[in-house]
Amino acid sequence: MSGKTLAEKIIQSHTGAGSVSAGEVVIVKVDYTFSHDAAGPLLINQVNKLKAGSMDTAKDKTIFFIDHAVPSPTKELSNDQATVRNYAMNNGMVLSDAGNGICHQVMAEDYSAPGDLIVGTDSHTCTSGGLGAFATGMGATDIAVAMKLRKTWLRVPETMKVNLTGHSPRGVFAKDLILKVLSMLGADGATYKSLEFEGSAIDELDVYGRLTLTNMAVEAGAKTGIIASDQRTRQYLKEFGREDQWKEIRADSDAIYESEITLNTSELEPQVALPSSPDNVKPISEVKDVKVNEVFIGSCTNTRIEDMRVVAKIFKDRQKAKGLKLIVTPSSQKVYIRCIKEGIVETLMNAGAIVTPAGCGVCFGALGGIPADNDVIFSSSNRNFPGRTGNPKAQTYLGSPATAAATAIRGYVADPREFL
Amino acid sequence: MSGRAWKFKDNISTDEISPGRFVGLRSNLPELAKHTLEDSREDFPLEVREGDFVVAGKNFGMGSSREQAPIIIKMCGVRAVLAQSFARIFYRNAINIGMPAIVCDTTRIDEGDVLELDLSNARVIDTTKSIELKFPRMSKTMEAILKEGGLLPYVEKYGDLLLA
Repeated sequence: MSGKTLAEKIIQSHTGAGSVSAGEVVIVKVDYTFSHDAAGPLLINQVNKLKAGSMDTAKDKTIFFIDHAVPSPTKELSNDQATVRNYAMNNGMVLSDAGNGICHQVMAEDYSAPGDLIVGTDSHTCTSGGLGAFATGMGATDIAVAMKLRKTWLRVPETMKVNLTGHSPRGVFAKDLILKVLSMLGADGATYKSLEFEGSAIDELDVYGRLTLTNMAVEAGAKTGIIASDQRTRQYLKEFGREDQWKEIRADSDAIYESEITLNTSELEPQVALPSSPDNVKPISEVKDVKVNEVFIGSCTNTRIEDMRVVAKIFKDRQKAKGLKLIVTPSSQKVYIRCIKEGIVETLMNAGAIVTPAGCGVCFGALGGIPADNDVIFSSSNRNFPGRTGNPKAQTYLGSPATAAATAIRGYVADPREFL
Repeated sequence: MSGRAWKFKDNISTDEISPGRFVGLRSNLPELAKHTLEDSREDFPLEVREGDFVVAGKNFGMGSSREQAPIIIKMCGVRAVLAQSFARIFYRNAINIGMPAIVCDTTRIDEGDVLELDLSNARVIDTTKSIELKFPRMSKTMEAILKEGGLLPYVEKYGDLLLA
């Protein structure tokens, strides 16, 4: 029998059957299921309609997040959030309320563990793959069924191995690596597949950066992105008081990959995605004279504490460009508190930033920071599709938090290496 | 039953189908449906008629997992979405709500062509051009879910989630 990829191993351990291989359709047991304020009301509606199963079997593994528009900007969203909040509270499920953080960040801090199978009503559920979990996003109806029956069906994905070799140079972060990979794969280059990241650049990357890589796997159409669990994973879990949940999990050396790509990270420079697709990527040296009106440093892709430290280093004793809007949104309350304790918030405010409560923020286009007509935004988030940030007449560029910070200082898309 | 083809380009995202700025309307689907695909084609939500078809290129529905995207397309009266390929979550969501998402060679269909969907024979008929576009059968489980009208009726039928 041939060896297994990470996706095959985790799925196999959740089928209760023997060996599974890519291409098979299987029923799997789910560990965590979650939803949030943007999908929750529809999900609760479906849960209430469905007679089969029960919501009482795994209340501690059923999580409702209020993160997409916080604090709520309209009465309609307040009503939706009340629906989600009351449902979770009245039925004894886990509630992660407004301000606590973006679902994917909080999952990675408090819940997801290596070997888990996680499904949620959000396409970036794949973020938890950075901890060695198999995590994938689905719609409200699928998750309603998964919540009540504690299982779902899926096709075991083929795996594409992404070898990230070499050593990332100064100024090149996880975000730059994944943007480059997306430009190699295209927006549908990994549809239905599992992207398994490995290589020396991954070995050297802490879990904070790994979560950035797996977060954007869906931008190539992938079902999930996943990284083996190692000592860095153990260290990360220890930081959040969960070392006991660590276990090593890696692909077999004779696993079968559908395909393989290799990127030598030593030769990379910072990368920028141009409007209006995350795979429309150029190295920063080729992005010249792009004037920017707004910079957003936030989202589930970035703004973990490591990102915030880099950003603070760049803004230290510097100011944002005059007239530019600078909005910084920590990914969770835990990150926010650390930013306050480490003086990062003060540095950001001195630089002219608005620092908002933790949540999806500008990325989702539903509250504060919606751009004006013809505005150009530079964002550390994951998507720059037309209309994504709330105004179809604005344009969005994507890059690392460091590139975003340098851009905010210059007022033009700028190379962060001159500030590092 | 026949309907007209509404052509869309490659890589239509869920942000274009159901923009995030209308998130406040997600509990008011008839209102949300008035904005279906308006960022791609302003005329679509105003002039689409019962039985029409959304006809797209590659990777239709990329991006978010929002199930409201296929729901509001269906609420506009759309019979089926035809595309060269679909993003996986959109595809799953469409079948889960009982709307056919059909992979076929849409390059042969032009704007305004009159189409018929013949699911049982796995073909789309373009009556304007008098051509027939065969499409591969979807997976057995997908086919069974669609036949019951979506995932909830499918699960209720067996009282459990089973593979077809």
